[in-house]
Amino acid sequence: MAGAIQASEGTAKVETPFRRFVADFTESKLALGGLIVFAIVFVAAMLCAFISPQNPYDLRQLDIMDGKMPPGSVSSDGLKFWLGSDSQGRDMVSAILYGLRTSFLVAVTSGFIAAAVGTTVGLIAAYYGGKIDTFLMRTVDIKLSFPAILIALILLALLGQGTGKIILALVIIQWAYYARTVRASALVERRKEYVEAAHCLALPKSRILFRHILPNCLPPLIVVATIQIANSIALEATLSFLGVGLPITEPSLGLLIANGFEYILSGVYWISFFPGIALLVTIVSINLVGDQLRDVLNPRLQK
Amino acid sequence: MTVFIIRRLMQSSLVLLLMSLLVFFGVFAIGDPIEIFIAPDADQAERARAIAALGLDKPIWEQYVMFVANAVAGDLGRSFVFNIPSIELILQRMPATLELAIVAVALSVVLGVPLGMYAGYKPDGAVAKTIMAGSIFGFSLPSFWVGLMLILIFAVELGWLPSTGRGEVGTFLGIQSSIFTFNGLKHLLLPALNLALFNISLVIRLTRAGMRENLPMDYVKFARAKGLSKRRVILVHVLKNILIPIVTVVGLEIGSVIAFAVVTETIFAWPGMGKLIIDSINNLDRPVIVAYLMIVVLMFIVINLVVDILYSILDPRVRLGDMGK
Amino acid sequence: MKRPTLTALALAAALGLASATDVSAQALTIGVGGNITSMDPHFHNLGPNNGMAQHFFDRLVHMDERQRPTPGLAESWRTIDDNTWEFKLRRGVKFHDGSDFTAADVVATYKRVPWVPNSPSSFAAMVNGLDISVADPYTLIIKTPAPRPMLPIDLAVVNIVKASNVEAPTADFNGGKAMVGTGPFKFTGFLPGDRVTMERNDAYWGPKPHWATATVRIMTNASARSAAVLSGDVQIIDQLQTADLPRMRQNQAIRLETVTSTRLIYLHVDQERDATPFAFDKATGQPLAKSPLKDKRVREALSKAINREAITRQIFDGQAIPAGGLLPDGMYGVSPNLKPDAFDTQAAQALLREAGYPNGFKLTIHGPNDRYPEDDKVLQAIGPMFTRAGVETQVVTLPWATFATQSNRPNYAYSLMLVGWGSDTGETSSPLRALLATVNPQAGYGASNRGRHSNPAMDALLTKALQTVDAAAREKLLMEASEVALRDYGLIPLYYQVNLWAMRSNVTYQARTDEYTLAQFVKPR
Repeated sequence: MAGAIQASEGTAKVETPFRRFVADFTESKLALGGLIVFAIVFVAAMLCAFISPQNPYDLRQLDIMDGKMPPGSVSSDGLKFWLGSDSQGRDMVSAILYGLRTSFLVAVTSGFIAAAVGTTVGLIAAYYGGKIDTFLMRTVDIKLSFPAILIALILLALLGQGTGKIILALVIIQWAYYARTVRASALVERRKEYVEAAHCLALPKSRILFRHILPNCLPPLIVVATIQIANSIALEATLSFLGVGLPITEPSLGLLIANGFEYILSGVYWISFFPGIALLVTIVSINLVGDQLRDVLNPRLQK
Repeated sequence: MTVFIIRRLMQSSLVLLLMSLLVFFGVFAIGDPIEIFIAPDADQAERARAIAALGLDKPIWEQYVMFVANAVAGDLGRSFVFNIPSIELILQRMPATLELAIVAVALSVVLGVPLGMYAGYKPDGAVAKTIMAGSIFGFSLPSFWVGLMLILIFAVELGWLPSTGRGEVGTFLGIQSSIFTFNGLKHLLLPALNLALFNISLVIRLTRAGMRENLPMDYVKFARAKGLSKRRVILVHVLKNILIPIVTVVGLEIGSVIAFAVVTETIFAWPGMGKLIIDSINNLDRPVIVAYLMIVVLMFIVINLVVDILYSILDPRVRLGDMGK
Repeated sequence: MKRPTLTALALAAALGLASATDVSAQALTIGVGGNITSMDPHFHNLGPNNGMAQHFFDRLVHMDERQRPTPGLAESWRTIDDNTWEFKLRRGVKFHDGSDFTAADVVATYKRVPWVPNSPSSFAAMVNGLDISVADPYTLIIKTPAPRPMLPIDLAVVNIVKASNVEAPTADFNGGKAMVGTGPFKFTGFLPGDRVTMERNDAYWGPKPHWATATVRIMTNASARSAAVLSGDVQIIDQLQTADLPRMRQNQAIRLETVTSTRLIYLHVDQERDATPFAFDKATGQPLAKSPLKDKRVREALSKAINREAITRQIFDGQAIPAGGLLPDGMYGVSPNLKPDAFDTQAAQALLREAGYPNGFKLTIHGPNDRYPEDDKVLQAIGPMFTRAGVETQVVTLPWATFATQSNRPNYAYSLMLVGWGSDTGETSSPLRALLATVNPQAGYGASNRGRHSNPAMDALLTKALQTVDAAAREKLLMEASEVALRDYGLIPLYYQVNLWAMRSNVTYQARTDEYTLAQFVKPR
């Protein structure tokens, strides 16, 4: 597939796996576009404290009299609301950037913890096999047989609202996907010669697991992580919509949409429309990247 | 096979017990149900009476033991809010949710498989690219946003379809469902579409992936070499092969769809189980929360079992005994 | 005025009637926001249930749309002495099954009320301690242990069931077997969480409903409710969310009805503890050893820092009324001297300086996010207002289940909180007793006094009022008690809610202060 591109570019370069991966990945303009959009959105969200015109979480900067102003209006303090303001008088541009940051923080933090837990479980199951494997994988199966939304609802009904709690809920929802993925590829790796070689050298088990097997399980792990982050953002938005998500004073994107939705019928569309677009752009760009990653990293589809 | 089923059932009852324990003890952690139910100006005597009336005056362990004893006898307690046996309350709502879920799953197969096959057959065409881009949107759009948009466009702006609620119920072959009346179908269309959106995308992608994996395979080449028409090879041989993962996933998705109906039912005021559980969580109506979870979990266990068995029938290479490992 | 006008009116009425006999015009569908949990009228003392029961049952005393007592199954009542009441019952009233209504049904009903099994909140307090005797089948003598001027109002929430159903369990009501009342509609079905259906009682003793059949659909989602009335699926909805007001106003096919409700939204301030848990030093962030909230001047400063006009205009689109008292003007026991505090940040800062907080302090305000319309938005709007006056305020919103448990006895976990109070009785004795009287669970005083305000002078006035049978003297005492409590800033009133109904333009509804949506009062237009 990638032969033509490599032929033109690769004449002077040595083909490393990474270069080959980059070349394969960039073959899809859509995925490349997704990556670029995602990078822009991500950086903007992380720098929100510096680039947004207002701190929407600082109550001193809010005035209810500036509420529900249409895009392009000017607030009582002379601030221009490029995308309008919400019902509390928050500048939508700022609220979206801060909201994106919250959404990312929740999704990425929970993703990392879930990946760490899931990877450990998956490696242990694959490496030790037998009863341990059966037990762990049965747990994973049971966990995966319940839909995410149901688990989240139960957990948040028991725990209550809050950023920490929603992260915990998302970790509990996601870890099993990582565990299953890592176990599957680790099982393949375990039978390979380099692992046997490592055994012969009498290296400690933990070293074999984490230094030798794990790096070879990374490609599928990356694919799962990408998809899971997109899913987490969407799930968090849904939970906030149902009223069991994040606290309202520091809204994430999902909460902004939910808050604005009651005004949509009355023509005050911007409160939920723009955050909705931001959410959509973010998730679509991540999914585009994830899609291409899966195609590129799936050996069965490579020629 | 029997061993497999027995082992599976034992594991399942352990899961049920653990979950009921967790929820039973955890559900009051965030608040006291009496505060929700009692008239705010109630005096001491009325408060004590209400606590005793709901059986909350006993120690929690005793309450749980009583619950388990009754549950074994098939009684999952009475709703605090409705004073109706929880099971009855849930079973009353179940047909509405099931019909919504079944129509949604049917929609996802009917729309998803042909679109996915086309996208897999001509993966580089503009149409296929559009289908795949569309499926990414289907994955990415938050369901609640789509639901409200559907209401805004089709019910409020265009006035074609009713905005909320379930339509008239008809009877066919002894089954009561709103699928059997025109009015019922009109009410069903928007929520079912909303609920199906994610699964349509999922089926498109599964089908496309199946096509792309199967088309280069030898059996396709042999069949073509044998002189079978392209149409026949794809619609009979390839389709049969890609249906295996689709059946599995769609079967498993029925459960997810029932669970995700929570969101759709909330938006469309659909009188199903999902709306009931959200209300019950808000009201700390413990008997209903616990009973709902027990019933849904049981349903999942059955669905998973059926899918596994079906899978072993469709694909003789899979042996059930291995699946526990 | 003139004959031709009258003829024209009569003609129009005749035409209206003619078109109204059309079958489709006789079916009414209502979308209600409250979740009706039971058909048993004595199972759960809950607004939506009480409203629904009024379709099927009558009470001795009815309440009109302004919550003024009017004759119901009792044609008249009077006090014989301070502790004895006589109720004259209406003759010729029939139950839905054709049997006659008599005093025996009332006696049986009042016996059933405290008995209902598994009731999470009963009506027992309304009938406890009553010594009822039947003078004749249409005369009841009720003796009370102490003077009880509120008796007719208490009895106005207790629906009368047939004597033979005195021991019917709640399930018999939900299933319809025991749904035998004297009310304007006969019960035909109840699907919990979905709908209640009914048909007209053609033998009703009062004005007969226009509709041959009516369906009440339970639609707890506000946007879904609005969409349903816009698309014509239902003819009328209650609890219209204010966000949908502009769109409803633009739509020619929709009419609105509004009335100021008896629900006050207010701030409760912890006045009990010397060190309140959520007041902090601005510089160090440490809890303040001496609670600033015990100082009346600080409470007054907080009240003056609130821009009530901005809240009602921006959040409620004008459909809320800034409050200075416990109930809207014109209700029983409302003092005309209590007006909402004017918004004045400077005055608030001056008061804070006077109280010894020139630099203000830090405060956290708690409140529910799922209990009252726009409660979370109001909380978020108050935060910046206090902060601008110098009291740096954090806002925490919680689900009602959590908030209600934590904010009240015995936890009293918060310092400043937003709460609401609806007066079922329509008079100020209700909020005075529950919110401002010194906490005394045995006497039922201060049951929701989350700030634990306590003022012996007010307690004395209230106790006296609750035992004064003479209406004028009692009203004067209640006015005085309200003034004493609010001049002391026992709580900080914010606004009165406005009850909003949206309906198709071919029906009318007389807006009610008690928030009920009753099919018998929905009329074609």
